[in-house]
Amino acid sequence: MRHYISIRDLDRNQIDHLIDRAARIAVYGADAQPLKRKILGLLFFEPSTRTRMSFESAMLRLGGSCMNLGGVEVSSMAKGETLADTIRVVSGYADTIVLRHPKVGAARLASEFADVPVINGGDGAGQHPSQTLIDLYTIHQSMPLDRIKIGLVGDLMYGRTTHSLAYALTRYNAEIHAISPKGLGLPESLKHDLREAGCEVIEHDSIEEIIRDLDVLYVTRFQRERFPDPASFFDVAASYRITPSLLQGVKDNLILLHPLPRVDEIDPAVDSLPYARYFQQARNGVPVRMAMLLEVMQ
Amino acid sequence: MNSDKYQEGLLISAIQNGTVIDHITGGEALIVLRILGITGSTNECVSVATNVVSSALGRKDVVKIENRELKDEEVDRIALIAPKATINIIRERRVVEKKGVDIPDTLIGVLRCPNPCCITNTNEPVSSRFSVQGKRLICDYCDTVIGSDISSHII
Ligand SMILES: [Zn+2]
Repeated sequence: MRHYISIRDLDRNQIDHLIDRAARIAVYGADAQPLKRKILGLLFFEPSTRTRMSFESAMLRLGGSCMNLGGVEVSSMAKGETLADTIRVVSGYADTIVLRHPKVGAARLASEFADVPVINGGDGAGQHPSQTLIDLYTIHQSMPLDRIKIGLVGDLMYGRTTHSLAYALTRYNAEIHAISPKGLGLPESLKHDLREAGCEVIEHDSIEEIIRDLDVLYVTRFQRERFPDPASFFDVAASYRITPSLLQGVKDNLILLHPLPRVDEIDPAVDSLPYARYFQQARNGVPVRMAMLLEVMQ
Repeated sequence: MNSDKYQEGLLISAIQNGTVIDHITGGEALIVLRILGITGSTNECVSVATNVVSSALGRKDVVKIENRELKDEEVDRIALIAPKATINIIRERRVVEKKGVDIPDTLIGVLRCPNPCCITNTNEPVSSRFSVQGKRLICDYCDTVIGSDISSHII
């Protein structure tokens, strides 16, 4: 039985296979209702409308059905049931479980108690492998994944999407440029792992100094609560904002990604420039998740 | 008789049945006792020698516990903080088993994950699980790394 818990569990061949499968689905669609009569259990213990809807959309497009846990406040979790018990029970109702949970490692735990495949839909500040596969797939649509120069911008200390993407890119010998204010850089242990895996990791505190060399710029949000006062948050957010003028002189084929939702990180004037790929990235959630669902249920 | 044996003989006498933990890094015997749950209020008859002159280690500590044979998970805990220790199980004054303290690849239920948001720090029915990679211990659930001050995370 195959689970998708962490991108670290996937080697390069498995990632390439999923990307190819998603690409075929995007072009040709899936066979007629390959998951007819299959049920996907969506267990969202914290709200994430986009992730939930895109898994639902993927399942419905494959001819299957979805079953929602409902609000956590009305579920048995509110009565103090453990996640382990919930998973054992729901395993009897669904053919695959997508779990979103506020605690880190919840999906790993779920996979140990489930009799059906578990897909991690994000656990706390931990892993969110389908997001990383979507990111890789979107990059792959524009350029080969090998040896890209990618800039990661934002709160790199706590940003789970950037950690997971950086880790996945070690499989493709990327050159990683970590762009963040002091104190919000990549965690030491992650840098150690990336370098150990043969990746070059270069740190910067401004986007200007590196943007003209990049193939991909991956932008994420700063969280206000990480800053001691509102003024320093606004200063930092403003100095890392992507604007049309910042993009002058970049490589023609630079692509700009963002896991969305964005707040102020990217000026809306950038949306119409050829670099902007974040809405395409969001749309790619469906074929990528279709590929994952087919892998675990077919 | 080598000098180690001679020194020990002077400090603590041989035991009839139980465990002798030898070659603990000098000064760390009290940490070993703590991770074995031995305190002033428990009943074991324990002898401790600290900073004994040792030809191999310079200074070493020795702990002798009467009428108690260490379990494997206790040996795992000791391995983390005293990787050079040797453990002798004594029955009728004879060494019947000699355990090296190899750190295993996986430590289950030995360390508490320092990440307060880790699922292992909730009431779920799981033990903590850490993978050992050289000097780094990595939580199998949340990827938190323990790189230093291991003894303060031992359960
Ligand atoms: Zn943990």
